Amino acid sequence: MIGALDIVVQGLLVGGFYALFATGLSLIFGVMRLVNLAHGDVIVLGAFAALFLVQQTGVQPLLCVVLVVPLMAGLGYLLQRAILNRTLGANILPPLLVTFGLSIVIQNGLLLGFSADSQKLPMGHLTIVSVSLLPGLNVGLYPLGVLILAALVIGGLQMFLYRTALGTALRGTSDDPVTIRLMGIDNRHIFGIATALSFAVAGLAGVLMGGYGNFSPAAGPQNLLFGFEAIIIGGLGNLWGTLLGGMILGVAQAIGADIDPGYQVLAGHIAFLAILLAAPRGLFPRMA
Amino acid sequence: MSLLETKKLDAFYGDFQALFGIDMHIARAEVIGLIGANGAGKTTLLRALTGLLPAVSHSILFGGQPIGGSRAEALVKRGIAMVPEGRKLFASLSVEENLKLGAATGRHGVWTLDRVYGLFPVLAEKRTAYATTLSGGQQQMVAIGRALMSNPTLLLCDEISLGLAPVVVADVYRALPAIRAAGTGIIVVEQDIGQVLRVADRLYCLREGRVVLQGPAQGMNRQEIAAAYFGAAA
Repeated sequence: MIGALDIVVQGLLVGGFYALFATGLSLIFGVMRLVNLAHGDVIVLGAFAALFLVQQTGVQPLLCVVLVVPLMAGLGYLLQRAILNRTLGANILPPLLVTFGLSIVIQNGLLLGFSADSQKLPMGHLTIVSVSLLPGLNVGLYPLGVLILAALVIGGLQMFLYRTALGTALRGTSDDPVTIRLMGIDNRHIFGIATALSFAVAGLAGVLMGGYGNFSPAAGPQNLLFGFEAIIIGGLGNLWGTLLGGMILGVAQAIGADIDPGYQVLAGHIAFLAILLAAPRGLFPRMA
Repeated sequence: MSLLETKKLDAFYGDFQALFGIDMHIARAEVIGLIGANGAGKTTLLRALTGLLPAVSHSILFGGQPIGGSRAEALVKRGIAMVPEGRKLFASLSVEENLKLGAATGRHGVWTLDRVYGLFPVLAEKRTAYATTLSGGQQQMVAIGRALMSNPTLLLCDEISLGLAPVVVADVYRALPAIRAAGTGIIVVEQDIGQVLRVADRLYCLREGRVVLQGPAQGMNRQEIAAAYFGAAA
């Protein structure tokens, strides 16, 4: 009994990572209907950026967040203004092709710089501390912290989107990117802001992931896939749904891994497909 | 000096020429009626004036300055606001959020949230409702209020009576005197000739991308308009 509970709790905790993977993806898609196929690689890029900083300075990996997040945000803004804005239009194919190419560029760039070796950020004892909730049920403080952080990030983004003038402009741009220009708002800048936010969250996710599991230049596409599944399970356009979607995916994977370690990823995909069959718009589709 | 003037303005959709040498002008606090059949180029003209369509720089003068081909967001900041055809409200935003986005230019003037609610009291009651849950007439009021929030010196209204009941159209048009009283020039694109003759100082009639009739609205007779409109003695 306690064993089953343990599996569910561990799965829920992993959901925090998936929600962070998914949030940035969801933001870009929500504002400009652009599917960023390089999103998983952007997360991995964030992890490698932290690794580079740690190797150069010996600083505690978590502290890298202070530098990596704004750097990634700046990179996102520049990428959007310089390249991605030129791909947006009536045709949905160009942004897919360009972000697919970007994915290849990032992966191979990282291969050149860091080799194909599996890496891990040296977090020290941080990732092995746990608290005992019940006899036989231990919860790792690190994944618990990530889950709480994911909830804070989503809550913060909601506050930003619904309580600030810039957030209103983002939502307006999502509704109608042409009419927003008649309000005197440059849609190219708003798209840049959305990508900057997306990359900032991806950078955070990358650093946190890099301290918990192994990563390599080729790890991106799997992150992208988990992020996608979390979004679809939760319902497109609903950030809280995405958090729940990530947790559901995490639980499904934990159950699969308990049956046979080889079934971990497969079980997540099966749960995703089952939910897609039962509720094509996800569990919590956005109202209106 | 005219508020806005076009000089031999051409406009294109790709290779297709939609406007041919349009010459028009509008003064402060003047109401211009722009009429013509579907496809005559009325909306195209407004799109060129707002910067949504490219134009040669000197073919549009605003306050004497060439503005043709400027970006739409820059022109709003200089005082040209548009009430687009079909209203184009932001569907996931409330009435008040729609209006506040209209003020994003930061232009100051007589129009504030309170003044817009004063002009359209029904909107104050619906301020938290999603804009697209309102009736057609109320949505049109939001669209006009949103444009006013940028305190424009030139307001372009594209088919604001489209799809509205006649009694509602009268409600919407009742706002025009208050808008021109603030010194704003207004161009209304309108299918309803009777409505235009009531509100406009001068008319321009377009056909196939050219101005085919212009003059003071007063004293213009309907036969003359119909002939220009359809291009034949009607």
